[in-house]
Amino acid sequence: MEQEMVLKNENSLSSSLKQMLLKLTPSIKKDGIIKSLKNTGITLLSILMFIGLWQMGSKALYNKEADYRIEKALTERGEEAAAAERACIESGDSSCQPNTLPSPSQVWASLQSLIADHNLIGAKKNAFAKKMAATNEKMIAEGKDPIVYTGRASFVDIVLTSIKTVFAGFLLAMFIAVPIGIIIGLSPSLRSAFNWFIQIFKPVSPVVWYLLVFMIVKTLYIGDSSDNAFVISFISVGLCAMWATLVNTAMGVASVDKDYINVAKVLKLGTFQKVFKVILPSSLPLIFTGLRITLSVAWMVLIAIELLAQSQGLGLFVWEEFQNGANDSNSKIIVAMFVIGIIGFLLDRLMLAVQNMVSFNKNEMA
Amino acid sequence: MNTTQQSNEVYSENGIVYPDNVMLDLSNLKKVYPTPKGDYVVLEDLNLQILKEEFVTIIGHSGCGKTTMLSMIAGLNPISGGNISVLGNPVKGPGPDRGVIFQSPSLMPWMTALQNVLLGVNQVFPHATKGQRQDIAKYYLHKVGLENAFHKKASELSQGMQQRVGIARAFAIKPKVLLLDEPFGMLDSLTRGELQDILIEIWNKEKITAVMITHDVDEAIFLADRVVMMTSGPSAKIGDILSIDFERPRTRKSVLENDDYYTYRKHLIDFLEH
Repeated sequence: MEQEMVLKNENSLSSSLKQMLLKLTPSIKKDGIIKSLKNTGITLLSILMFIGLWQMGSKALYNKEADYRIEKALTERGEEAAAAERACIESGDSSCQPNTLPSPSQVWASLQSLIADHNLIGAKKNAFAKKMAATNEKMIAEGKDPIVYTGRASFVDIVLTSIKTVFAGFLLAMFIAVPIGIIIGLSPSLRSAFNWFIQIFKPVSPVVWYLLVFMIVKTLYIGDSSDNAFVISFISVGLCAMWATLVNTAMGVASVDKDYINVAKVLKLGTFQKVFKVILPSSLPLIFTGLRITLSVAWMVLIAIELLAQSQGLGLFVWEEFQNGANDSNSKIIVAMFVIGIIGFLLDRLMLAVQNMVSFNKNEMA
Repeated sequence: MNTTQQSNEVYSENGIVYPDNVMLDLSNLKKVYPTPKGDYVVLEDLNLQILKEEFVTIIGHSGCGKTTMLSMIAGLNPISGGNISVLGNPVKGPGPDRGVIFQSPSLMPWMTALQNVLLGVNQVFPHATKGQRQDIAKYYLHKVGLENAFHKKASELSQGMQQRVGIARAFAIKPKVLLLDEPFGMLDSLTRGELQDILIEIWNKEKITAVMITHDVDEAIFLADRVVMMTSGPSAKIGDILSIDFERPRTRKSVLENDDYYTYRKHLIDFLEH
């Protein structure tokens, strides 16, 4: 009923509603259901196969390492020690477990323990906040900084730090690369002036960018005891990731359809109008393609940079777990790997949605 | 042909004397493209006077320099030699006194039909109120039959509808000269016929001096007061000019029923096949 009413109406607001409805309707159609069920089935099947292969691989690696340990005990310390080693491994005692690729179930258990740990830390934080409430009120009244919880960060906090860093880096990249890209796109001579700069600095590794930023920020923060790891990591991420946007923006601005430029010339549009009404809108799709690449590059280099900068994010988490060598360290690393992958995927989807929104020619996309 | 009567009044610019019914004057026009093997002469010694309120179509083989000539009149392509002047004023660059309808509709795909027309109208009538400018744009969109598509994005319109917006945009800026570069070349023949009717209907009302390039002999005869035939390049020049003496306003039917039509048609085809 409602849909019919909307369809009958001819004004522009309802026509956009109509389009939304049309986009939604295929999933309601019967063919659509079968097709999407089939796709979901295939995806589920491939996930199951992946987990199965993983299970088999980790089992094989586990056995190899277990056999090696028993063999070693046998040759070095005799039969009794070998039997004891075998019994120890089979009992599942943590002191003698082979340390190798964890199985899917171990990873799942680690994920749950990380969530439990997060809840525990959350409870601690709340308790701390309650305990300090009265004191903090007094301190704020006296104009001092309130006392905050400074305990260990939970896994969720770590993920949030990483997301915060990547967005700060992305925004930095955008605010540097888009304006510069527009300016050098507009002027061929500036473009050749900047070209060597882009060509030389684009391939520089994230690690080196980190070191460069570290040199500069360290000096700027002299005498300041506050933690600059976040600042260093987001600036490094931004500098690593901005090149795609810079190049794409310059290219988009420089390669505006000649017909549009001719129209602007015939109508004698002023520079401002020409840039904002013709050149920028026409290069938006390319700019957003650049921004999408920038965000995915930012997320990729983030891990390495957080590790170097000792910023409390996923990069540092992975590295610390590796150094830690605890029984569940390996499975925590795999948990982090999946989280990194899934967040990266979601960020890319987000940018794709934005990109589709600004693109004026739906046929050229895909 | 009411536009060909001679006028005694003259005025001069840069020492050149023009009869006052000449809108567009091309004299000794030359275009040379430098190539590594030496200069390539596209046009040479091209002389043409186009009168006020005259519709001229230009026909010739592909690559003979028709488009080069038109874009030089538009000011989008520099002149290598000779002169182009509009009402005695030499052309120095592009400007809204010479409206152009391009071969591809060249609309800004991210703008609506109305915004595309307004882009020009806002530029040409900066002192009009917003409402007046909207009215002008809507009037011309109405004239080309797009009264239901004001707010449609240009990218959502068909080729034919996009070219209608192109026509509305060109007329809405009220140019002195209208330059049409094979505007219907990319359309199917049915749509082409429709757009020819729309174009001539608006033109009958506005009588803006028009220069149109076409490959279509029938289109050339139906629309024009004079058909200019260009020789094949290099060094293309005007080969022949044919006056089409049909009454205006014309209908397709009356044109086809006129015996002269076939004489004109034969004349043009003989020239092109020569």
